[in-house]
Amino acid sequence: MCTPRPILTAAALLALVQAGAAQEGYPLRLDVGTVPSQQELARFYAIPPDGRGLPPGKGTYAQGQTVYAQSCVACHGDKLQGIPTAGIGGDKLIGGRDTLSTEAPAKTVESYWPYATTVFDYVKRSMPFLAPGSLSDDEVYSVVAYILGEANILPKNASLDATSLPKVQMPNRDGFVPDPRPEVGLYR
Amino acid sequence: MVDPDGVAEYEEDVRREIQARIDAERLMLARRRQELEDCACKSGMFPHPGRRGVLFAAGSTLAAGMSAFLWPARAAERKAPAGAVWRDVPDDPTKIQGTPTADDGGYGSRSQFETEARWRYPTPTTLSSWTMSPLDKSEGILTPSGLHFERHHAGIPTIDPAKHFLFVHGLTERPKKFSMADLRRLPSVSRLHFIECSGNGLTEWRKPTLKTVQGTHGLISTSEWTGVQFSTLAREFGIKESATWALAEGADAAVMTRSIPLEKLLTDAIIAYGQNGEALRPEQGYPLRLILPGWEGNTHIKWLRRIELSDKPFMTREETSKYTDLLGSGKARQFSFTMEAKSVITFPSGEMKLPGPGFYEVTGLAWSGRGRIARVEVSADGGKSWKLAALQEPVLPICTTRFRFPWFWNGQPVVLQSRATDETGYIQPSMKQLVDIRGLAGPFGSVYHLNAIQSWAIASDGSVTNVHA
Repeated sequence: MCTPRPILTAAALLALVQAGAAQEGYPLRLDVGTVPSQQELARFYAIPPDGRGLPPGKGTYAQGQTVYAQSCVACHGDKLQGIPTAGIGGDKLIGGRDTLSTEAPAKTVESYWPYATTVFDYVKRSMPFLAPGSLSDDEVYSVVAYILGEANILPKNASLDATSLPKVQMPNRDGFVPDPRPEVGLYR
Repeated sequence: MVDPDGVAEYEEDVRREIQARIDAERLMLARRRQELEDCACKSGMFPHPGRRGVLFAAGSTLAAGMSAFLWPARAAERKAPAGAVWRDVPDDPTKIQGTPTADDGGYGSRSQFETEARWRYPTPTTLSSWTMSPLDKSEGILTPSGLHFERHHAGIPTIDPAKHFLFVHGLTERPKKFSMADLRRLPSVSRLHFIECSGNGLTEWRKPTLKTVQGTHGLISTSEWTGVQFSTLAREFGIKESATWALAEGADAAVMTRSIPLEKLLTDAIIAYGQNGEALRPEQGYPLRLILPGWEGNTHIKWLRRIELSDKPFMTREETSKYTDLLGSGKARQFSFTMEAKSVITFPSGEMKLPGPGFYEVTGLAWSGRGRIARVEVSADGGKSWKLAALQEPVLPICTTRFRFPWFWNGQPVVLQSRATDETGYIQPSMKQLVDIRGLAGPFGSVYHLNAIQSWAIASDGSVTNVHA
């Protein structure tokens, strides 16, 4: 006795189609996610050494001295010497040139940081420590001019903007080498 | 001059810094010893109960403050350790009903008798600081999520996942914005990988400094991470021909950024939302973290909110002034991403005490950022001879591997070491080999990427100390 021929219900048909789709794998693009607005993307920045994305505005050493006194001195000290004590912990910002190959290397903006654009990016992004992102772009340009002035990298009458900042030559610009690991000396 | 911690040779600032670290570890040890004394488990081999009088070495400035800190707590009612709930202990648990089911609200906690905790490195501020994972009593290869080491540069942000998005833009065919719900719809993977901070062991370059394996090696942890592969996500936004790098950015107050070669992202990067079977912990990047298997911990951007494709690195603060490896020559290595093969014996390790001669199973962890561990050898004679340890399954790529080594201690002083070889054939170097190549740049050497063989000395009384051998 033969069984009645099964009738394909709509549900069974759908299941078959789905099984077929599974065997074919995922589509390459799944069209998940949405298109961000220009406004949403406009708030982001990260400034590479060529200065791309630096905002308009400018600031001077003199203005930066005021910004520093208001927003930076509590952690970094009145001589930019850093305050390593408990509860503070601001890094030393200047000095230390010619110490990198000694027993007591001092890695400061002056002695170690290879790009001035990094100083701008970092201050705008993360400083002051207890009010990050609170400085205006003019204030950031100013305080970078002040730090670089105190570091004797820029003259003390300097001003900085999107054009001049990427041109600043930092003392340790050529102090970095690519990672050579694995170190061939370990294979002798 | 009394110099119990061997810090006299350092300059004033450095000496203060190193002494603070040693003192902080000593405080942690003192707490743990007090707990052991209180629980009367004095015969254990783990951080051995000291006599109160010798806890505080002569000259330690901590002694006065610590006794005030510790002794009142002892008299007060017992409090449960972090992650536990204190319950009264019946004389006979077979004669009284236990805690009601689901009394914990549906989320469990550990036993009140378990005291392992992360230990915070005494940086000047708790907002930019790190904690070390307690490897000395670690079991197997996984780290409990609550004991995973931490490194925060601006505290732990509190982020509502409903308001969190991942933006991908720059050199894309079409910029995209992904909600957490979007990401959870995409094909996903779960993989076990370690994360190691490249600063793991930074105190140990010049001389043995911290006492415990938690102090010397505690900046490594292993989790199962679940999320979307970057390569899967990439097809949603499309990569422009000119893209070679990407910036990953976090949503913490540091707005942490690192530049990552696109090749790495397309090889094995995971945009992770899961850790050990549940959502990421807040301190591990909730709700979203970039996992870059085998690369230094700082690149595993937590609280990930943005990826910007680019044709060059951005030279952020973290990849120039930090996380670059200053050599003795004065030059510094940059973009030193890979965590190379490394291992450490976790039992027996520093501050433990073997009760006497006889059999012990030596055990520890080995890992490599370049793949699987192929071999771990153990030496019980300071590196003169080596014997193979057994590797416990599973042996997974870019994951901690547990090794075990049966050992009879004859009661004589010995130095125990482990040496890992990974599947590329790279052999974990000695400290001397590393220093011969890199030089010693200042009190903390190159700071980052110390993967040298660790030595533990066993004295004839069974006590275990951190040594350079």
